[in-house]
Amino acid sequence: MSPTDQTPSVQALLTVRGLQKSFGANQVLKSVDLTVARGTVLALIGPSGSGKTTVLRCLNGLEIADGGTISVVGADDARHAPVSIDFAAAHGSRAGVPKKALTNLRDQSGMVFQHYNLFPHKTVLENVMEGPVVVQRRPRAEVEAEALALLERVGLSDKRDSYPFELSGGQQQRVGIVRALALRPTLLLFDEPTSALDPELVGDVLRLIKELAAEGWTMVIVTHELEFAREVATEVAFVDGGTIVEHGDPKEMLRNPQHERTRQFLHRLLFPF
Amino acid sequence: MTDSTWQLLLDSLWPMIHGAITGTIPLALSSFAIGLVLALGLALMRLSRRRWLSSIARVYISLVRGTPLLVQLFVIFYGLPSLGVVIDPWPSAIIAFSINVGGYAAEVIRAAILSVPKGQWEAAYMIGMSHQRALTRIILPQAARVSVPPLSNTFISLVKDTSLASLILVTELFREAQQVAAFSGQFMALYLEAALLYWVICLVLSSGQSVLEKRLDRYVAH
Repeated sequence: MSPTDQTPSVQALLTVRGLQKSFGANQVLKSVDLTVARGTVLALIGPSGSGKTTVLRCLNGLEIADGGTISVVGADDARHAPVSIDFAAAHGSRAGVPKKALTNLRDQSGMVFQHYNLFPHKTVLENVMEGPVVVQRRPRAEVEAEALALLERVGLSDKRDSYPFELSGGQQQRVGIVRALALRPTLLLFDEPTSALDPELVGDVLRLIKELAAEGWTMVIVTHELEFAREVATEVAFVDGGTIVEHGDPKEMLRNPQHERTRQFLHRLLFPF
Repeated sequence: MTDSTWQLLLDSLWPMIHGAITGTIPLALSSFAIGLVLALGLALMRLSRRRWLSSIARVYISLVRGTPLLVQLFVIFYGLPSLGVVIDPWPSAIIAFSINVGGYAAEVIRAAILSVPKGQWEAAYMIGMSHQRALTRIILPQAARVSVPPLSNTFISLVKDTSLASLILVTELFREAQQVAAFSGQFMALYLEAALLYWVICLVLSSGQSVLEKRLDRYVAH
């Protein structure tokens, strides 16, 4: 298991420029710029309603931005062909974005959801194999071997024939991560992967994400776990009011924030009462 | 009740069961099957973003639900011949019941599809599925489980409604009862016997429903 491209490179994998998104009259993203190099683990932090989850959902086309561009360099194979979408032309409508570009953008990323979103009518193994076999049309035997190896690695191979409702939240989320990995994406996106979990189950999931980071996966993680961001992320961006207020080295930024809003946010998190 | 009444009930039992086996049950099953296909199509039309498709489905459902089944049946069997379209009793009944089930089940299926959490669509898109494929492989199996109880109700209603087919000369359970009753004059006894038989059929169907619900339980998000 390894990222699609292992060559060490400082080249930007993902570039976001001037991203805007409104829901009705509510402008959630004013203008977001991001550059994510290969192998970067970017933690997006910020107060609720700041737009951090919307940024993530625009990156995989679950939301269609109203303006700005998203470019992903991708890899050499057809499934991960480079893609660049200018959303100003689409006026926030799905119909305005070329279907092929949107598919291409989605194919770049694997997504891990806050509420896991496993398919309840499929077993653990079927959940993992569905995308590679049905959508990517890869040979079943090869996919099954890979899926089992991934499940083995997250300690869930004995659950291969279980249904999601038979698993704990932490186990479900690890399956969610394996399902994303099995797609062989260039980019892994996490939307608050531990915030629906009971506290004692958070550790297993964070440990797994940390291992993936060590293997060189490029990841964007929306999180409330500051300690985790400090330890695992290579970069952290503080999102507030629909823009990125501060972006930098996690250890530096979390200890010594430059902006007043960042400082207030961190203070509230560290001293909730 | 006299011995002769008991004898009459016993003698009429087989014709009625026969009517159920060759009339009521096949009529209900075939109309339900056709009606479900129709209903799925209508439900998808109702959910379509194309306004005209959803309008057609809306008008259809409103017409079917807003008019009595007996009137629908009579329009097809007694009405259409004046337009030169003559349809035999059996196909008339199947057409009328299918159209009717289509209208009612469409709303059930639509609601079931809408009840599947939005995150399931999103997860399907994120493993690369198209809308079409997400619908057939991820959403509909879950919607199917949700619609088992309400669709069972639709089916049980249909089984009882097939008695209306006796009015367009289809030989089924109730028409057998009517014939024996008219011949013998024992209306109360025979109609109660018919009622009892419908009740038994519906009891069997209800227990079938709970078995199905249990077996499909894993299809629901817990």
